[in-house]
Amino acid sequence: MNAAYWLPVIFAGLMGLAMLVYVVLDGFDLGVGLLLPLADDAGKDRMVASIGPFWDANETWLVLGAGLLLVAFPMAHGVVFGALYIPVLLMLVGLILRGVAFDFRVKARDPHRPWWNAIFALGSLLASLAQGVMLGRYLTGFADGALSWLFALLVGVGLSAAYALLGACWLIMKTDGPLQARAISWARHSVAGAALAVLLVSGVTPLVNPAIAAKWFALPQLFLLLPLPLGTVALFALQLIILPRLARRQAVGNDRYCWLPFAATVGIVLLAFWGLAYSVFPQVVIGRMDIWQAASDPEALWIILWGALLVLPCIIAYTAFAYRVFWGKADSLSYQ
Amino acid sequence: MELDALTLARAQFGANISFHILFPSINIALAWVLLFFKLRYLRTGKQAWMDAYGFWVKIFALSFALGVVSGVTMSFQFGTNWPGYMQTVGNIAGPLLAYEILTAFFLEAGFLGIMLFGRPRVSERVHTFATLLVAFGNSLSAFWIIALNSWMQTPTGFVMKDGRAHVSDWLQVIFNPSMPYRLTHMLLASGLTVAFLLAGLSAYRQLKGDRSAGNGAALKTGVRLAALLIPLQILVGDAHGLNTMEHQPAKLAAIEGVWHTERGAPLLLFALPNADTQRNDYAVGIPHLASLIIKHDLDGEIRGLNEFAQHPPVAKVFWSFRVMVGVGVLMLLTAWFGAWQLRRDAPAALLDRRLLCWLVGMTFAGWVATLAGWYVTEIGRQPWLVTGVLTTAQAAGQATTSMVAGSLLTYLALYAGLLLAYVSVLFHLAKKAAGQADAAVVLQEVQA
Repeated sequence: MNAAYWLPVIFAGLMGLAMLVYVVLDGFDLGVGLLLPLADDAGKDRMVASIGPFWDANETWLVLGAGLLLVAFPMAHGVVFGALYIPVLLMLVGLILRGVAFDFRVKARDPHRPWWNAIFALGSLLASLAQGVMLGRYLTGFADGALSWLFALLVGVGLSAAYALLGACWLIMKTDGPLQARAISWARHSVAGAALAVLLVSGVTPLVNPAIAAKWFALPQLFLLLPLPLGTVALFALQLIILPRLARRQAVGNDRYCWLPFAATVGIVLLAFWGLAYSVFPQVVIGRMDIWQAASDPEALWIILWGALLVLPCIIAYTAFAYRVFWGKADSLSYQ
Repeated sequence: MELDALTLARAQFGANISFHILFPSINIALAWVLLFFKLRYLRTGKQAWMDAYGFWVKIFALSFALGVVSGVTMSFQFGTNWPGYMQTVGNIAGPLLAYEILTAFFLEAGFLGIMLFGRPRVSERVHTFATLLVAFGNSLSAFWIIALNSWMQTPTGFVMKDGRAHVSDWLQVIFNPSMPYRLTHMLLASGLTVAFLLAGLSAYRQLKGDRSAGNGAALKTGVRLAALLIPLQILVGDAHGLNTMEHQPAKLAAIEGVWHTERGAPLLLFALPNADTQRNDYAVGIPHLASLIIKHDLDGEIRGLNEFAQHPPVAKVFWSFRVMVGVGVLMLLTAWFGAWQLRRDAPAALLDRRLLCWLVGMTFAGWVATLAGWYVTEIGRQPWLVTGVLTTAQAAGQATTSMVAGSLLTYLALYAGLLLAYVSVLFHLAKKAAGQADAAVVLQEVQA
């Protein structure tokens, strides 16, 4: 085992970690953006307040993920983002619009406010859809043809549903009163969409990609892998059980275990991500390039690795600290 | 001019990075100014400083958001627009970019929430510390990115093997010959951008009837900061120019519009550099002054563009430089006159109406000078992407022309809209704050 072998493996792991953290963290705030049009004005303010202190840092994980791809697998960065040129453009437009609308909506003149709210929601939708399309295109190895594009679009819708679920569960945890009641109902609606999305990606990916099918449907690994789908099913079942009960209890002012739906959703994301990572690894562009072919020189990877080992624990520590500071129910934000 | 893929890729990258730099150039220094306001408040206990903090932290939040989203765009475009870049110099650019993300981006974004919204939830000390870390993170990110940019200008500390750059000495890579000059120049540029932004928006508030001490404190801070920094910037700019003469003489020749090597070169105030005839049309200059400034000798020799096989486009560099210096001179006059007018220490810092209007007009002077300066240094590096190692054309990607054209138009439309929204919201916030301050003063008078 030499450095040229395991350095790319470590960096694939780091990149995967960055993407996973991104999907969970920006997933909930994109989801809150998707749900924004459903709330009344006071609810909108509270929803935005619940993600206000976090969204900048959440988006930094995307920069880290894309940045690691650029610096550790430069050959793949060009191929992947070249092939995803248009969805990436749409995602960036979406992220730009929602990022600025977030600030403009409270700072612009009052008559402009509904416009910035709409832009916030539309930007969130555009970014979520585009990220799903990117995932769908990536999984088919950027195959041409109407069917693979249709698949990508469906993944886009599915990922948006998953983000909406994350966002709704975040709101269940971070709010109370009427908004919390509505968030529970939003979560109940988006569970079905998210479940469909997971089912679709899990079912279709082996169909469009025989190499992935071979990795899953062979003995003995099939048995070792079974916990992934079974765990996912169990977590979805848990959602279906707890959400109606939580709705009944919440109506009489008891929201104990309000964090459970969010934790269950994060669990689903973790399992789905693990499944995807298993399907793809060690390829970085499916069917074309593996991580060793795409990797930078070990000399560059070493120096980044030392930095990452030193700095990542600090990042995790102060991110945790920031979440602790804003722990509990979200109150209205003020700069004072 | 034919719009080929290379031109479009350059235009797109240029548009993105120009839009992006507007916001870091505010955030880098504004974070330190906010820390200053906070520390003054802690020391004096005067509410005016906290009022100034409360208003300017909103501007900071808005600028930070724009900086983040335009920065995300950059992280995708390095690979899509310039695939040859990472292939050739990835061993240098990769670690520098990674360190910027890991040490700086997370630090500033991680503590931003506490800085903006955390005051009711954390102690005063933690809040001040969060402000300090955000300021430090912002400056640290400037350090890394300017180290990389300067290395592209004046590369050292590496060897080429099989067409790829390999680091031989990281200290030489990071602290390459132009890096200390460019970093200082940029940090001062950020300070000046913020100084004029502070002065301009505060002047606007005063014009709208705001006589609050908080606004006066911000106005005085802006004008005095500008008066302090502008002479430093002129000194550093001169040193940076000498550094350019030593390491990038072709860029210097383009800046001065010297087509043919000459002794006792004039400082050209106006000219239309003509690439076809290799001379300047309608030149107006001060004899011997360019030689005096650059060589510190009236008859010093300046190497002309004729000595270089490849040199940057002259007119763009020549004029960008004159815009930068021209705005710098205006800044000097404005700042010193303003500081003289403000020499008495009255809390509300009331100024003459004409001076206030002038300051409002100069609000974004820093942006103009900063952009012009970056155009000098970036266009001045052409045709190289990394001097002597890789040309811009070699690094360009294969994206089709129509796709790049479409995305370029999308970005341009988006950026134009956002810039308009940003500027108008800034003035809207100032007007609103002025109205509230005015009401508060009236209330005090009624109660008295």
